[in-house]
Amino acid sequence: MTTSHSLTAERLTLGYSDRVVVESLDLTVPPGKVTVVVGANACGKSTLLRSMSRLLAPRKGQVLLDGRQVHRMPAKELARTLGLLPQSPIAPEGITVLDLVGRGRHPHQGVFSRWSERDDAAVASALETTQTAELADRAVDELSGGQRQRVWIAMALAQQTDLLLLDEPITFLDASHQIEVLDLLTDLNRTRGTTVVMVLHDLNLAARYADHLIALAAGRIHAAGTPAEVLTEETVETVFGLRSRIIEDPVSGKPLMLPIGRHHVREEAGVGFPQREDSHQA
Amino acid sequence: MSAPAVTRPSVLHEVTRGRVRNASRRRLVALALAVLVVAAFAVTLMAGQTFYPPRDVVRVIFGEQVPGASFTVGRLRLPRAVLAVTAGFSFGMAGVTFQTMLRNPLASPDVIGISSGASAAAAIAIVTLSLGETQVSVLAIVAALVVALLVYTLAFRDGVVGTRLILIGIGISAMLDSITSYVLSRAAEWDLQEATRWLTGSLNGVGWDQTVPAVIALAVLTPVLLSQGRNLSALRLGDDTASALGVRVERTRITVIVAAVGLIAFATAAAGPIAFVAFLSGPIAARIVGAGGSLLVPAGLVGSLLVLVADFAGQFAFDTRYPVGVVTGVLGAPYLVHLIVRTHRAGGSI
Repeated sequence: MTTSHSLTAERLTLGYSDRVVVESLDLTVPPGKVTVVVGANACGKSTLLRSMSRLLAPRKGQVLLDGRQVHRMPAKELARTLGLLPQSPIAPEGITVLDLVGRGRHPHQGVFSRWSERDDAAVASALETTQTAELADRAVDELSGGQRQRVWIAMALAQQTDLLLLDEPITFLDASHQIEVLDLLTDLNRTRGTTVVMVLHDLNLAARYADHLIALAAGRIHAAGTPAEVLTEETVETVFGLRSRIIEDPVSGKPLMLPIGRHHVREEAGVGFPQREDSHQA
Repeated sequence: MSAPAVTRPSVLHEVTRGRVRNASRRRLVALALAVLVVAAFAVTLMAGQTFYPPRDVVRVIFGEQVPGASFTVGRLRLPRAVLAVTAGFSFGMAGVTFQTMLRNPLASPDVIGISSGASAAAAIAIVTLSLGETQVSVLAIVAALVVALLVYTLAFRDGVVGTRLILIGIGISAMLDSITSYVLSRAAEWDLQEATRWLTGSLNGVGWDQTVPAVIALAVLTPVLLSQGRNLSALRLGDDTASALGVRVERTRITVIVAAVGLIAFATAAAGPIAFVAFLSGPIAARIVGAGGSLLVPAGLVGSLLVLVADFAGQFAFDTRYPVGVVTGVLGAPYLVHLIVRTHRAGGSI
């Protein structure tokens, strides 16, 4: 699992019916790294991720995996190299964890081929990695949000892909489960060399966990690079329309974004922002 | 969370054991259902107004002449029982295919207008056009396919959403049913007997002429559906997840729709739209088998059992002889209400 794959987008234009969401976008996913895509709501993050995993055909341009167009590759072959966990996958009523994780073996199986020992081994390893082995016989719809997300990640792991794309994997989780999932993905990246690409909403967690950070604004890449390069007060202002202060995260040494809203802001924090209206009123 | 360790042998052992246990449970359930179908089949051949012992029935099946039995069993009961099994299996498998694909138990072909299309076409063919039996069947099959295509096209907008397709299907179904009722209200008395079969479904007076095409359709289309079994199971995780697992979603959908509509059409042409069998079989099978595996074969077996038992009950359990569709309708309607009540409690939109 140490082979590194190149995943790139070239002049990619994406849209739904009459709406263009992403326009002429070039992107290179650094192999063997954790890439995080951030951006305001409806800026095209999920659309980009869906297109990179063949779910959405490009209007123009192309997505290349090791130089081959993903939209022309045989579906199962692609699914053995590149996995995607959508934002809200659906668990069939009453399905058990073991059955659900087993579905991840789909691209490795033929139409009538029998379940093999390799399939069992992949499922067992996925359960072990995500610490869901104890839940194997439980129904997925009985689990807590954090457990359920780990189970879905286990399904994606059972797929045994070298690239893993995740669309907002921590959005509905509480703080401890968010960290748990991000740590798990980092483990995967470090021990197996899995290339991880994910969309996150939380800028500070994005900066902490990303090797490579991409800030998307209105369907274009505004900035890309290390978190220190990308997460600046200027980027936050342009991408999110939000004023902020960036400091060094005392825990990780990565940049930490402190938003400046209209309320609960000390006078000295407003220094450098003379255009602030409410500071005059106060 | 600690770094991923090498898989403990105990976990691998548990996974293998769990998988083997599930698979053998599924096999056992399918086998038990198959035994029940065979038993019900045998009983319907033996029992009735006159009882014939198994020995006579077997001799008739092997082509020997047995006074009395050759006619009653060979001409009346055998084609009827074979069609009951065939139509039930077709309805059950087609129903669960739609329910699985659209992830909604309401999405069965008899709810979304496909059976109604066949019925309306048949009623028009018999009453208005005075066509012969074969032409009626052909027209019914074509109509089922056309209605399926129509509902699918009307529901298509950036892909198909189950709820939209179901609502459109219910609307079309209501329209088609009113056409059928109108046509029947103008029918001559001698046509009425034949045409009412198309309202509820009936196995009265069926012969090999009706049975054989349905058997052939089942034999041809079953392998097609079974080959899509895994893709269908993956579709239950949502289109995006299925696609990420390497399923060609649109291609799978078209393939199973054509196969399932074909099954419905041929079975309906032979036996009429036996009410609610397509709708009931899948959920019953899911309850028995569990959610994990493919439901195609179990649902087919449940369908066969339902039709066999309901037809037998309709003939002999009451003072009046009821067509099989009346009996299955009585079973199915409360379940439909139950489903709607339950989804509303759960906050679903449909």
